[in-house]
Amino acid sequence: MSILEVQNVRKNFGSTAVLNDISFSLNEGETIAIIGSSGSGKTTLLRCLNFLEKPSGGKILVDGNVIFDAANRAARQEKEIRRQRLNFGMVFQSFNLFPQYTALQNVTLAAELLAQERPDFKQKKKELLAEITERGKKLLADVGLQDRMMQYPHQLSGGQQQRVAIARALSLSPRILCFDEPTSALDPELTGEVLRVIRGLAEKKTTMIIVTHEMAFARDVADLVLFMDAGVVVEEGPAKDTIERPKTERLRQFLSRYAEGEA
Amino acid sequence: MFWRVTFELLRGLGSCAELFALTLAFALPLGLVIAFGLMSKWRPFRNLRTPWLRKWRPISWLTNIIVWIVRGTPLMLQLIIIFYGPGIWFGNNLWAFSSGRMSACVLAFVINYACYFSVIYRGGIEGVPQGQREAGEVLGMTKGQIFRKITLLQMVKRIVPPMSNEIITLVKDTSLARIIAITELIKAGESFMKSSGITWPLFYTAVFYLLFVGVLTILFNSLEKKLSYFR
Ligand SMILES: Nc1ncnc2c1ncn2[C@@H]1O[C@H](COP(=O)(O)OP(=O)(O)OP(=O)(O)O)[C@@H](O)[C@H]1O
Ligand SMILES: [Mg+2]
Repeated sequence: MSILEVQNVRKNFGSTAVLNDISFSLNEGETIAIIGSSGSGKTTLLRCLNFLEKPSGGKILVDGNVIFDAANRAARQEKEIRRQRLNFGMVFQSFNLFPQYTALQNVTLAAELLAQERPDFKQKKKELLAEITERGKKLLADVGLQDRMMQYPHQLSGGQQQRVAIARALSLSPRILCFDEPTSALDPELTGEVLRVIRGLAEKKTTMIIVTHEMAFARDVADLVLFMDAGVVVEEGPAKDTIERPKTERLRQFLSRYAEGEA
Repeated sequence: MFWRVTFELLRGLGSCAELFALTLAFALPLGLVIAFGLMSKWRPFRNLRTPWLRKWRPISWLTNIIVWIVRGTPLMLQLIIIFYGPGIWFGNNLWAFSSGRMSACVLAFVINYACYFSVIYRGGIEGVPQGQREAGEVLGMTKGQIFRKITLLQMVKRIVPPMSNEIITLVKDTSLARIIAITELIKAGESFMKSSGITWPLFYTAVFYLLFVGVLTILFNSLEKKLSYFR
């Protein structure tokens, strides 16, 4: 059974339709790359999955459970949304690290706040916090930042900041990790270190949705690719096949623009 | 004579400091509440047809009007209204108890300064990038946790310079208290002009203001320095 099922998701901003009947599904351990030109709705789709936008229509299922259904207008409680959104982790294009916290604190903050809500927090405070710190250190070591844990975001390079952001997104063990153009804000020589980390996650069978303009990366790392244009899914399929042998004219044109850009 | 003057001025300074401290103690938190009012997005009629009613945010609208009135009229006038108003219009002087004058003065100052602070707070909060709040949201934090753990300190860092201006102005505004017959610094200095015909005590008050503001400036600078560990 698929871990994520997106059914006919629509999103309007006022009268403009930004997403139109988007459907796709994703199996556990798979990576899907979402490609498409600027303004095609990729970011909006990720934001809908993370409850940063409310879809105007459609359904979202995780593990077969409906976590969002636009037809069910029963007011959702904030508490319920908070629980559901923990299914997803999000890595933003602009990192969005918390500047007043060290790399380690960035990674552990959410877990600490969540632990404080446990009924047994008072009695087990020490162990719980020690556990969270250990886990934070391990996550940072996994992205190659064991020497940078006590530094503040402004002391880190863009690539390092984005790796902290990845560790932070993993801190609550989300089922599905979303990336919105994780390397677009980086200098070209820094994209490699971030892409390497994401590649490592794919090898560990992390379920991921990656919006990217790095076609070679999408082809090599993703299992599936989804090509969006003007708010609709134009073509989807196995990553390598679809990118090397696009079936639709629109994807062919889109990819050829990239080939020129890279040449 | 010098020591007598100094002693009297110190008493005046005491009133100033009391008014200053009480104003800050109440206006700093109240200003934050007003700032949330200004930013309120509550639209109770969003499901109606009439376009302007749908967009209407009554809390924000009301707080904006209050802030406009309070910032748009002189503090001196507000002080007079609050102190003499009840007696003139309702025939009962609310402020007839022993520290009544100071209480009326604190009330007027708190309302006035809270409105100025609220606008500074709002600027500080809105200056924190939306992405900061979104990053907290996707990590499952509540609105309160996001404000306390993420927005608050970043806001404080942003508002230190405008706040320090406002607070230094407050030091000097305490001299308005004399219009409801509180003996603050300047009134204390001036009294020597009438009683002994000497003017230097009046100018001597400047030294007290300068010392007061000097101490505050040092405090603000050290706060700014403390918060410079992040950007
Ligand atoms: N909050 C909003 N209000 C109104 N329109 C919006 C809003 N957010 C996005 N849009 C519009 O929706 C469309 C899709 O935007 P989106 O950011 O999802 O595109 P994208 O595929 O991520 O583009 P890019 O590659 O440039 O990041 C754009 O035309 C954009 O102007
Ligand atoms: Mg985008």
